[in-house]
Amino acid sequence: MFYIYCPHCCEHREEEEFHAAGQAHIPRPLDPDACTDKEWGEYMYFRKNPRGIHHELWVHSAGCRKFFNITRDTQTYEIKEVYKIGEKPSVVANAVEVQNSHTQNSSKTPLENTLESQSGATL
Amino acid sequence: MSQRNRLQNGGRIDRSKSLTFTYNGKLLKGYAGDTLASALLANGVDIVGRSFKYSRPRGIVAAGAEEPNAIMQVGATEATQIPNVRATQQSLYDGLVAGTTNGWPSVETDLMEYVGKIGGKMMPPGFYYKTFMFPQSLWGTYESYIRKAAGLGRAPQDTDPDIYDKMNQHCDVMIVGAGPAGLVAALTAARAGARVIIADEQNEFGGSLLSSTETLDGKPAAEWIASVVQELASFDDVMMLTHSQVNGYHDHNFLTIQQHCTDQFADRAPNGQIAQRLHRVRAKWVVLATGAHERPLVYGNNDVPGCMVANAVSTYINRYGVAPGIDLVLMTSNDNAYRTALDWHDAGRNVVAVVDSRKNPQGTLVDAARERGISILVGSGVIEAHGSKRVTSVSIAPLNDAGDAVVGAIVKMKADTVATSGGWSPVIHLSCHTGARPVWNDAILGFTPGATVQKQLTAGAINGSFTTANALNEGLSAACEALSHLNLTKPDVSLPATQDIEEGEAMALFHIPHTKPTSKAPKQFVDYQNDVTAAGIELACREGFESIEHVKRYTAMGFGTDQGKLGNINGMAIAAKTLNQTIPQTGTTIFRPNYTPVTFGAIVGRDCGALFDPKRYTAMHSWHVEHGAKFEDVGLWKRPWYYPQGQETMQESLNRECLAVRESAGILDASTLGKIDIQGKDAREFLGRVYSNAWAKLAVGKCRYGLMCGEDGMVFDDGVTSCLAENHFLMTTTTGGAAHVLEWLEIYHQTEWPEMEVYFTSVTDHWATMTISGPNSRKLLEKLTDYDVSKDNMAFMDWKPMTVAGVPARVFRISFTGELSFEINVQANYGLHVWKALFEHGKAFNLTPYGTETMHILRAEKGFIIAGQDTDGSVHPFDLGMSWAVSMQKPFSFIGKRGMQREDCVRADRKQLVGLKTIDPNVVLPEGAQGVLDPKASIPMPMVGHVTSSYWSANLNRSVAMGFVKGGLDKMGERVFYPLVDGRVVEAEICSPVFLDPKGERQHV
Repeated sequence: MFYIYCPHCCEHREEEEFHAAGQAHIPRPLDPDACTDKEWGEYMYFRKNPRGIHHELWVHSAGCRKFFNITRDTQTYEIKEVYKIGEKPSVVANAVEVQNSHTQNSSKTPLENTLESQSGATL
Repeated sequence: MSQRNRLQNGGRIDRSKSLTFTYNGKLLKGYAGDTLASALLANGVDIVGRSFKYSRPRGIVAAGAEEPNAIMQVGATEATQIPNVRATQQSLYDGLVAGTTNGWPSVETDLMEYVGKIGGKMMPPGFYYKTFMFPQSLWGTYESYIRKAAGLGRAPQDTDPDIYDKMNQHCDVMIVGAGPAGLVAALTAARAGARVIIADEQNEFGGSLLSSTETLDGKPAAEWIASVVQELASFDDVMMLTHSQVNGYHDHNFLTIQQHCTDQFADRAPNGQIAQRLHRVRAKWVVLATGAHERPLVYGNNDVPGCMVANAVSTYINRYGVAPGIDLVLMTSNDNAYRTALDWHDAGRNVVAVVDSRKNPQGTLVDAARERGISILVGSGVIEAHGSKRVTSVSIAPLNDAGDAVVGAIVKMKADTVATSGGWSPVIHLSCHTGARPVWNDAILGFTPGATVQKQLTAGAINGSFTTANALNEGLSAACEALSHLNLTKPDVSLPATQDIEEGEAMALFHIPHTKPTSKAPKQFVDYQNDVTAAGIELACREGFESIEHVKRYTAMGFGTDQGKLGNINGMAIAAKTLNQTIPQTGTTIFRPNYTPVTFGAIVGRDCGALFDPKRYTAMHSWHVEHGAKFEDVGLWKRPWYYPQGQETMQESLNRECLAVRESAGILDASTLGKIDIQGKDAREFLGRVYSNAWAKLAVGKCRYGLMCGEDGMVFDDGVTSCLAENHFLMTTTTGGAAHVLEWLEIYHQTEWPEMEVYFTSVTDHWATMTISGPNSRKLLEKLTDYDVSKDNMAFMDWKPMTVAGVPARVFRISFTGELSFEINVQANYGLHVWKALFEHGKAFNLTPYGTETMHILRAEKGFIIAGQDTDGSVHPFDLGMSWAVSMQKPFSFIGKRGMQREDCVRADRKQLVGLKTIDPNVVLPEGAQGVLDPKASIPMPMVGHVTSSYWSANLNRSVAMGFVKGGLDKMGERVFYPLVDGRVVEAEICSPVFLDPKGERQHV
């Protein structure tokens, strides 16, 4: 049971008030029609599953209904920081930049991306 | 039966308050302050259960949460039955009714015992897997007998009459355990002004001090406890919870405490009181002062009643005034357990011998035993106990230096009680709950808490600091550390003076050897509750289970309701030795919540009955009830399903309702549809992005149907959206999808397009919606409004504001039946008034209320889909034959556009929604039936799609159905076959899903 600080309500509230909405920083491609099927598939379906630092999108669904981001350690469940949509995380894994979009890695297969992110290698 | 084991003096019981209780149908006596276990021992009850696998008689071995055998069924009435109660934790009260949970025909004479005796050698670990594997179909039969043989209590058959409760708590410091460490920590934090919660599972604070003869400041420890408790009680911000088990320690310093509020003194909670309460605590800092459990030693027949853990024997003597036998043999590998021999001796009972595995024990307590003239056999062990229903004698033999072989002659001694101690295991369970891996500590021969990310401190025996002096010191320092984190000033706290007791070094000993190899020796039990023996663990290791987690699962060690509190370390030590590795190399299994079994009542609290699953009612609900509606659950809503009249069958009702709508007029309560008010200058553009069709030109006063798709192009919701004003729209959603759609709109607005000026508000509950449908619906509406609702002034897909039955209304000319329809929306509190007014004027038109089932039939006659019934997340608008609802020309690439153009989405053989006309018009296809093109094909037949909607249409006097068929849109007129489970094969023709009025003339009038 997480204890989550809502950056909009400016209070810690119980996890029951929130919904997790998946990995953060998955922007919708600006020109979907220009994406290949593979790129679109990666945007829709492929997500990281890291052991350690992870950036997640959450919504205060039973509170202010606002979305925001959480940086969380998936191993210890520690919440390292919360930050609003549009802001950048200050805690990142191995100083790797937050990957803005999978479509920028079109030279690699999703499996390669997954394996790399799991081993903590630089993307 | 008299309390023959009760001592004349001593203990924390109140001999002036005699209590009567029932055990296995017999009336027994005890005293206030007893536990059920101490009262049973006082009465000389030896056998309290039969073992899980071998049905061996078992007695009480411990005095606390770690008790594996005395698992009771408690409850005076059927409704108040509680299974799995440890007798050692159940306070005695007048009228308590308890019984053993297994044993047939009785716990004293159990026929299964003979099975256990014969089957002993034949029931190794994995016995059930190996034996009852084949044939698989008979497992259900085997299982019921195996479960009966096992028997660990039963749930009540009647509804629990008691009230359970939950409370959310917040504190600065949560202290778990009110022994010496916990009490000092609480006192320190309290004096500093911190908000403190201190909880202990016992009926009073004091922990180990309650069962010890130690003095503090030269006075009995009880006096110090009383003074601390009194001071703690004087602070407003200190919550003191007795009878309260901290059962779970979860992430972010969240702890759950099960507080027994009344079930320690009554079978039922007195009127108006709470039986149990679950406290949900968020603590800034946690101090675990959970103490330690003494480890018994493992030896032959160590489960015969009378074999006990040493400290438990001391506890029964010192705390409860009960000596559970006459002649004691104490076996120990350490000094600490000598206390038990001293206590036994001082209680006036006979200590036959202290059997010490060490060659040369020395220390204060050893000296004290010698002074009392107690015989001490050094370098020896009890290799076997004798007796069946009670220990009668023991075999003692000299051991080698390593303690793993018998090296001399066996001496047999008469005794009825064997107390053993292999040292103490810190109670690290809670610290493990949040994922910390315990660390082996060679100095104390036990696991201590591992590193944690929680704001957690530990104090006392949990750290392996077993002396009272160390516990007090660590309690103080843990509290001071918490206070410094909380920026509170450390107060003055002086610790009481403790007795100086020197203890010699303990020996690492877990498993006493026998003259025979372990596999042939009398059973040496490691885990009493699951009947796991040393031989079983050795066998598991030999069979290739090397990970301790696998050994655990194969042997079931530690799987009981006691989670192996007594046996796990011994089991790991035996596994380590068999695998020829150290205990830290072997590792430990992980303890998980809950520490002890929690009643469902405490978990559920008040979230039961009406509060478990809230129901939503429309404004017209009372009318529906009065008119005999049958209801259907849609989401949380109670929606009228159909309105039977007289002795009508459901189909007769539906036929009547369907005909009434198409012949004259029907009315549907449509209030439950999701309604989202959308405003802002970018509202129109936003709609264009989230719907598949075009919204740029929808004029004020007009309505439009839209399909909502995911990024994968698949339909997930649909509904009509109306333009109320240039920057103001009202979106409707499916009843069940309303919350999801609102979150969908929000996530795109907040994360993708925050620059758009648009606002979403759920207004579902604000409006009551009633749909009048049928050729006479306009005439009916005209009776209630002065507004001109003629075709010329109010065309199909128009909405108009008007006054209906005297109240302001929005009326939408939209239709889900294919008939002339008006959807009247009024403020919810006017709903019932307008609904009744419609019926007042509706008599002339045979206005007929219809429910969701008739709505489904009428829309199916028209081929209208229901999102979630005719869609399943794998179909896009083109699969539904609804290309008219997709605008590929919109400038913005709407959600779903890219997805529905993927290679797989444009295959010609996709499953497509078509109408299905059964060749026999009287046959109604079952929904979900799978279609095949050739019913004579070999099995497994290639399936081409399933039936999604299927009904009897009274209007068409035949069945109507829709379903998916691969490439179905190009197969019009072809046949598809539905082989059913009953052997029938239903043949159907693929057709347009619009069965009635294909030109839509009926709604354009």
